[in-house]
Amino acid sequence: MTEMLAGYNFAYLDEQTKRMIRRAILKAVAIPGYQVPFGSREMPLPYGWGTGGIQVTASIIGRADVLKVIDQGADDTTNAISIRRFFARTAGVATTERTVEATIIQTRHRIPETPLKAGQIMVYQVPIPEPLRWLEPRETETRTMHALSEYGAMHVRFYEDIAHHGRIATTYDYPVIVNDRYLMRPSPIPKFDNPKLDMSPALQLFGAGREKRIYAVPPFTKVKSLDFHDHPFSVESWDEACSLCGSTTSFLDEVLTDDRGGRMFVCSDTDYCRSRTA
Amino acid sequence: MSALPMLDDVPPLLVVDGLTVAYGTRVGCRDVSFELWPGEVLGIVGESGSGKTSLLNALSARIEPAAGRIHYRLRDGTLADLFGLSEAARRQLLRTDWGVVHQNPRDGLRLTVSAGANVGERLMAIGARHYGEIRGAALDWLGKVEIDRDRIDDRPSGFSGGMQQRLQIARNLVTKPRLVFMDEPTGGLDVSVQARLLDLIRGLVADLGLSAIIVTHDLAVARLLAHRLMVMRGGEVVESGLTDQVLDDPQHPYTQLLVSSILQV
Repeated sequence: MTEMLAGYNFAYLDEQTKRMIRRAILKAVAIPGYQVPFGSREMPLPYGWGTGGIQVTASIIGRADVLKVIDQGADDTTNAISIRRFFARTAGVATTERTVEATIIQTRHRIPETPLKAGQIMVYQVPIPEPLRWLEPRETETRTMHALSEYGAMHVRFYEDIAHHGRIATTYDYPVIVNDRYLMRPSPIPKFDNPKLDMSPALQLFGAGREKRIYAVPPFTKVKSLDFHDHPFSVESWDEACSLCGSTTSFLDEVLTDDRGGRMFVCSDTDYCRSRTA
Repeated sequence: MSALPMLDDVPPLLVVDGLTVAYGTRVGCRDVSFELWPGEVLGIVGESGSGKTSLLNALSARIEPAAGRIHYRLRDGTLADLFGLSEAARRQLLRTDWGVVHQNPRDGLRLTVSAGANVGERLMAIGARHYGEIRGAALDWLGKVEIDRDRIDDRPSGFSGGMQQRLQIARNLVTKPRLVFMDEPTGGLDVSVQARLLDLIRGLVADLGLSAIIVTHDLAVARLLAHRLMVMRGGEVVESGLTDQVLDDPQHPYTQLLVSSILQV
């Protein structure tokens, strides 16, 4: 364990701020999928790099927690390493790359392939929390639409996809209905991960720092992806298997290996891939 | 002009009583009362600033009136106080039972999605979840408003003004509304396009048995479309009656002025 930085409160944020964020989280858990406004703070990293997620993690983390941070499924990318080290130094907590060992997993683009367990908490970094924003620029109007469950027009986007591409071409940040009530953006995870949101035993928290919103999917909550009857929701599939571990069921990244058209497909979840080859 | 429906035993669709719209201390329209019957087209004419659009916005529940009542007969036959209904119910009416055709089609259309999606949006908003059926309905309606079917996947931003206006009408009528509000539906179009659009509106209104309230400053439009006219000035209704009666034998000095101001070619 790294030694803690002197002069900082535990997990960087002051206790008043953490209490305010916890209240927002409690409200979010009580109303699954509802966006709760909160007083987002300046964090020592730029907006868009996970300021929302880092504030949620800071207010729920305890000394006994084990933190895992992933960026694009990988544990060893710059942002993942920075955030992991941030909490190692400001909270002195243990960090891990192993999904099974983690109690808190902060992520932006992926849900780990290894099934989550009860007691684990997923923290998502959300860039734009409002699923209706592309349709309606006014915040007052989108709030009314949420209040009255006026979500029918969301399908206009899928209609456009099918009209122009022959299928629903939305592949990430695929809108869902939580607990048969609120429309929610699941952050930019691929739609491949949408089924993992449904009835997950883990608590899932979503933090948007710039937009100052927190929302949540409590454990074992119904999460349904929007679709048409004649164009049902489906996830991505690949003709290849992972070149490292041979998995045919995980989300694959295409990696260019040279400038002569060489390429390989590998698991985007590095911990999952490593656990299968070890 | 098509014959008026038999009014004797049909109850009115819309009953307006003492309606006043105010913007702070300024008055939009004052003490307007009238009734509208199923299948009837009511024209509201008057100069700019006479309160026509304020009245229309209040009637379509988009602004709350300062005084007065609006009762609307719901599909189940009950006469409901519009502002006694919940906001959810009012918005539901606006999406299903009513249509609003704006003067500027940009206010009523989504310019960033295709014509088909524009027509299909109201169907999706009331729960249609079958792509094939939505597209079928969109194609059908494009045909009815004389837009080429192969334009279904084009964005309305590339359409001419007349086509945009016709698309807006299709978008509103796809849910089979019973009452349509039109604010200067032919404004900004050249005369030959206007004539075609008027023909289209007149045909659709007659075929579908729609009731309509049409705001216009163009007396020719009023003469062609409206069964009855209300003439407004300074926020008040100065004269009302059957269209031909008001236009051919105007009683109020302002109406006389309005009728005599038409340029004779």
